[in-house]
Amino acid sequence: MNAIAASEIKTLRLSIYRYDPLKQEKPYMQDFDIDIPAEKDLMVLDVLMLAKEQDPSISFRRSCREGVCGSDGLNINGKNGLGCITPLSDAIKSNKLSIRPLPGLPVIKDLIVDMKQFVDQYKKVKPYLITDKKVDTREAIPQTIEEREKLDGLYECIMCGCCSTACPSFWWNPDKFLGPAALLQAYRFIADSRDTATEERLEQLEDAFSVFRCHGIMNCVSVCPKGLNPTKAIGEIKKMLVKRAL
Amino acid sequence: MAMNGKGTFLDASTLPVKEFDGIIVGGGGSGMMASLQLAKSGMNTAVVSKVFPTRSHTVSAQGGITCSIQSADPDDDWRWHMFDTVKGSDFIGDQDSIEYMCKEGPEAIFELENMGLPFSRTEEGKIYQRAFGGQSKDYGKGGQAERTCAAADRTGHALLHTLFQANVKAGTNFLSEWFAVDLVKNQNDQVVGVIAFEIESGEPYFLKSKATVLATGGAGRIYQTTSNALINTGDGTGMALRAGFPVQDMEMWQFHPTGIHGHGTLVTEGCRGEGGYLVNKDGERFMERYAPNYKDLASRDVVARSMFTEILEGRGCGPDADHVYLKLDHLGPEIVHKRLPGVTELSKRFAHVDPAEHPIPVVPTCHYAMGGIPTNVHGQVISQNPDGTDKIIDGLYAAGEAACVSVHGGNRLGGNSLLDLIVFGRSAGLHIEESFKAGIKMDDPSSDDVDYALRNLNRVNVSQSGENFVEVKKDLQKTMQMNFGVFRTEELMENGIKEVSDLRDKSQNIHLADKSSQFNTARVEALELLNLIEVAEATAISANERKESRGAHSREDYPDRDDENWLKHSIYFSDTKQVSKRDVNFRPKQVQAFQPIVRTY
Repeated sequence: MNAIAASEIKTLRLSIYRYDPLKQEKPYMQDFDIDIPAEKDLMVLDVLMLAKEQDPSISFRRSCREGVCGSDGLNINGKNGLGCITPLSDAIKSNKLSIRPLPGLPVIKDLIVDMKQFVDQYKKVKPYLITDKKVDTREAIPQTIEEREKLDGLYECIMCGCCSTACPSFWWNPDKFLGPAALLQAYRFIADSRDTATEERLEQLEDAFSVFRCHGIMNCVSVCPKGLNPTKAIGEIKKMLVKRAL
Repeated sequence: MAMNGKGTFLDASTLPVKEFDGIIVGGGGSGMMASLQLAKSGMNTAVVSKVFPTRSHTVSAQGGITCSIQSADPDDDWRWHMFDTVKGSDFIGDQDSIEYMCKEGPEAIFELENMGLPFSRTEEGKIYQRAFGGQSKDYGKGGQAERTCAAADRTGHALLHTLFQANVKAGTNFLSEWFAVDLVKNQNDQVVGVIAFEIESGEPYFLKSKATVLATGGAGRIYQTTSNALINTGDGTGMALRAGFPVQDMEMWQFHPTGIHGHGTLVTEGCRGEGGYLVNKDGERFMERYAPNYKDLASRDVVARSMFTEILEGRGCGPDADHVYLKLDHLGPEIVHKRLPGVTELSKRFAHVDPAEHPIPVVPTCHYAMGGIPTNVHGQVISQNPDGTDKIIDGLYAAGEAACVSVHGGNRLGGNSLLDLIVFGRSAGLHIEESFKAGIKMDDPSSDDVDYALRNLNRVNVSQSGENFVEVKKDLQKTMQMNFGVFRTEELMENGIKEVSDLRDKSQNIHLADKSSQFNTARVEALELLNLIEVAEATAISANERKESRGAHSREDYPDRDDENWLKHSIYFSDTKQVSKRDVNFRPKQVQAFQPIVRTY
């Protein structure tokens, strides 16, 4: 950073969750004082990178730094979100910023969680097109504008994990309840006019846990950095399952 | 055998080995297209990616994938696309490769659609195509074409996730969050795999294979301001150079016209394809002066230079007159929010404006490497014999932005990078599959060969003191930005070459203070620096050597294109730091070659 006059700098107290299982028995919070230019509304990821310049051993994931790759899902002052598109002005309370890993998943180191459970649930919903329509590498499977619009709000998921790790149902049953991200993905294919495996997909979801552990708490909706609505998608699946059972 | 605090020295005798039929380094578009091909053919395939695959930079591509699928225009012709691409390349794109890409493209697009890629649609239920820069009908004579297939303005995201899903279905092995350090070569100059470590545990391995594909993407992080993700550090390119293989046309870096001012993040060329345009501080639509026919949809090098000329001549916007505006508000909120939802989100986030109401402040930002590891159309890596003829490297392939096949030559057209990824990712996969069927014999590497490939990892692991790699990286980015930007001169570049050389010396002596094994991101960043240095030095020396202006390489001291001397690729070797020339391919198979003409838009 270029030299900035002292009057333009404010100091932020940043508190970061630290844990290296090979070094510590227990995690702890470490405080940093970060100087930031007063007129700039930095993103939380920018602040983390400034802290890493002070202490290169701090570990966190990051890639696109523009909210599309889904690497830096974090718990920021108590709320899940992406570090790279959460401005300090949205995140901080009384000049203090506290960053923890996404809750509910095992911590590998510092802010890095083990995403295995999350990805396993995603894989369970067969997240790919299954179709018995004529598939020909010389043309597209036809789809109208209206049919395609049904996928808006579903296909944009970036698999950051903010939603599932904010969901109490997922905390309790991460192996049996699929969680909002995987269910959004399940509905993305059910809703796709090109996919013909709806029956197979619904059959797989028909148990007490996979879908029905969702109690409409809607934490997923309030934290999704892409503004998606997994609860609505889950509601659609529930409706289809109920209708199917009648 | 974890790398502990004492800094364990690794050697071949104790290094665990994992063997695969094919190894793909990189989990972006080209890597996952190659792996899909191999996994579907039943080969034991591993994708080695330093990030979870959907975090790869392909995800950021917005506007689309250019291809003559005859949806917007039933009369569209892949030969017109080929002409545009050759012209866009300023005539140093290889015409056999461009022909292959434009002709094979439609099949690859439909394959992706059949896999489930959620393309936007037309009234007839076909794939939606929009206008992009440098696109014409009838070989430049029939006006603007609409040839870029789009999934709203999130095409890269849709493509990457679809490919990941298809690989999940096909049973590809993902070595996710593994970092590849260096290639392993045997005594016959054949590549037999890579040294890599699992980032989570720090455990190093020799990943052995008869086919290694470098699909590591770009290296925009050699510059201070770039659209590229933080992970785009040219890892495969650095590995190839350190193994003694050359790179091609590394002076050719594309500066994308519409980076968001102050941040570098892009808004797509599709903004202009949908009817947006650039204005200077007087509100003038200045591209009408520079490119009377194509205006804002001239090719990217032309638009970026025009913008900088406006800024340098004092017609820039803002308090520092250091950017221009991209105007979209006249399109109305319906078009802006429906067709460009991602752009709307990015401009609100990073420029604090809703583009349906206010213009977006933009400035050109480093975006794409046209150059890279030279390959043929099958993705096989090519080196040069002493007499200047091509030499195929057994066991090594490259695809996507890391490669230079070369379909982009001196300047890439918008939407052609995604097409490059899928067409040549697939062709590399096909070639490996066929080679396996025919049978590949390769000698095992000696323990010295493996030890040699371990040298950089060892150096970093046992360092006791030395340079701070974060500082070296910052200095590198600064000197590249200052000396190898949009307008170049010998004076600046010679200064830059000296600074880069000094930084290379420092990089040989970097210190990794934190020797811990568990998810040590500092170790990854230290090793990435070694790759950035290789790419930056190749860029610097090649740029100074090309004494002409062509495509993205614009020199104030040699303002004209010099077809007599430089209708050539540049080839650079890291060990000698010498640049030689390589013939451009003018032998397409089914059409007459397009000869160089004056390039205007």
